[in-house]
Amino acid sequence: MTKAHLELTGVEMAFDTPKGPFVALDNVGLKIKKGEFVSLIGHSGCGKSTVLNIVAGLLQATKGGCVLDGHEVNSPGPERAVVFQNHALMPWLTVYENVELAVQQVFRKSMAKQERRDWIHHNLELVNMAHAANKRPGEISGGMAQRVGIARALAMKPSVLLMDEPFGALDALTRAHLQDSLMDIQQELNNTVIMITHDVDEAVLLSDRIIMMTNGPAATVGEDLHIDLPRPRNRVTLADDPTYVHYRQEVLKFLYEKQRKLEHIAPRRGSQPAETTPETNSAQAARA
Amino acid sequence: MSTLTTPTSRTGASGWLKLLADRFTGAELAQGGKQLLLPTIGILIFLGFWHLAAPQVDTSLGTFPGPAQVWEQGGQLWQEHANQRARADQFVTMQEERNARILADNPEAEVKIRDYPGAPTFLDQVVTSLITVLAGFILATIIAVPLGIVFGLNRYFQAAVNPLIQIFKPVSPLAWLPLVTMVVSATYVSDDPMFEKSFLTSMITVTLCSLWPTLINTSVGVAAVNPDLLNVSRVLRLSFWTHVRRVVLPSSVPMIFTGLRVSLGIAWMVLIAAEMLAQSPGLGKFVWDEFQNGSSQSLSRIMVAVLAIGFIGFLLDRIMLLIQKKVAWNE
Repeated sequence: MTKAHLELTGVEMAFDTPKGPFVALDNVGLKIKKGEFVSLIGHSGCGKSTVLNIVAGLLQATKGGCVLDGHEVNSPGPERAVVFQNHALMPWLTVYENVELAVQQVFRKSMAKQERRDWIHHNLELVNMAHAANKRPGEISGGMAQRVGIARALAMKPSVLLMDEPFGALDALTRAHLQDSLMDIQQELNNTVIMITHDVDEAVLLSDRIIMMTNGPAATVGEDLHIDLPRPRNRVTLADDPTYVHYRQEVLKFLYEKQRKLEHIAPRRGSQPAETTPETNSAQAARA
Repeated sequence: MSTLTTPTSRTGASGWLKLLADRFTGAELAQGGKQLLLPTIGILIFLGFWHLAAPQVDTSLGTFPGPAQVWEQGGQLWQEHANQRARADQFVTMQEERNARILADNPEAEVKIRDYPGAPTFLDQVVTSLITVLAGFILATIIAVPLGIVFGLNRYFQAAVNPLIQIFKPVSPLAWLPLVTMVVSATYVSDDPMFEKSFLTSMITVTLCSLWPTLINTSVGVAAVNPDLLNVSRVLRLSFWTHVRRVVLPSSVPMIFTGLRVSLGIAWMVLIAAEMLAQSPGLGKFVWDEFQNGSSQSLSRIMVAVLAIGFIGFLLDRIMLLIQKKVAWNE
């Protein structure tokens, strides 16, 4: 086996709460090869975002650590670009300027001015957003803004692309469209991708591997499913493909049988919503 | 309005007629009418009430002035200003002629150029007040915005200074004024002063009272930057200055401007009080002098000043709003 490109070993994450430390992650271990597309799936509050934030360097693991290409990760950096759930574009900058901010920061020394300009346009074209280069994020739709967020991340030439539920806030048609674009881009650039998702179909369609996480607290890697489907993949033909259906079933079984989440179904009226379970606490802590 | 900007494919007279007709539809007229009509009605009712109520109020200086007397005094003050200007021009030309004559007789002679010694008119006082308030407000902004950014970025700093801000914020200008006067007199000693001491006293008092809303709003705006954007900044490894300049500052501009508008309003109110108490030139001194003067026209003249103060305050706020629309990204 080749040496791991990205490796998480014995990661534990504990958050301080007034009631003492809350252990969100316990002993998470993961090896990812170069060019692999990995999805993290699990119920809300299982610490998926925490794992991603640790790889991004936005959070520091309390035990264990993350090594990328032989270097320990202990702060955020553009080689681990993040695509946020709600695009996180600067609303006062145009689409072009948003990507420019990233390109200027990363390639200020290595690229000439004209070269940078071409690179920004190239990335906007990659996500089909060149036509809106001079618009502000407020003037384009959520799906378009998310494309720009992806273009900004790709423009940093990251060795790992981290995506935190990138399509979670979009409607189903826009989501399908962006998933197809993402597959094309991934095919072309062969980036290593870690994506968080709630969506079983999205996970099976896009991934080479699906990491299924157990429920928190003290969540860890439950199952590691390799998706052996040839690329390019087509969502319409795959829908009837027995292998695809099998993989899909595997994930569903894990989520709804093995790791079935015991949530209180709130009575219809006259009682408080069940918002104080440990799961929701950990979800908040993990997002914080 | 949109009818003017949408391109029409039709050309010739019929197209233009249609455009004109669109402009004068009932709905648009009603809309435009409502915008002008209601404020006009409000003002008219106020004037009527004032006209009827004023004669009922008897003071030692005669009855309270109604709108007519105030209007008349407004004209009077304008006339006085025009007369004073004419005299000043005359004084300058006479002085120049005399100096020219002296120089013609003896090129070596030293000529004296004096300023016109006449008393400042109402309009001169308005200009003085405006200059003072703008100087004080700009000084307050220069202090409050950078401090607000520092406090907003660092919550330890914020926690340390918050009690001080809360204590100094509600202090009345009248309480600061004696202290400022004494400190300015003691520290600003110069044979050829660039500024009048009275100007400095009023300006510093304005600054002390008006910097708080900008300071508080800036720090709140800076502390409330979207956490996702902060994470973007961290992922990009932006340097501290780039982070402040490209992420923090633009994000808090709307809040900063809200603070600036409140500050400017306070600055204008404080200035009038400071000028009255400190006897420094400006509208406040005009009001005080008229009050001391106690002629039968004094109340009308003070009322002119009151209306002028209100109107200028309103204009200042509008100007800030225009600047905000130019600068802020969310407008």
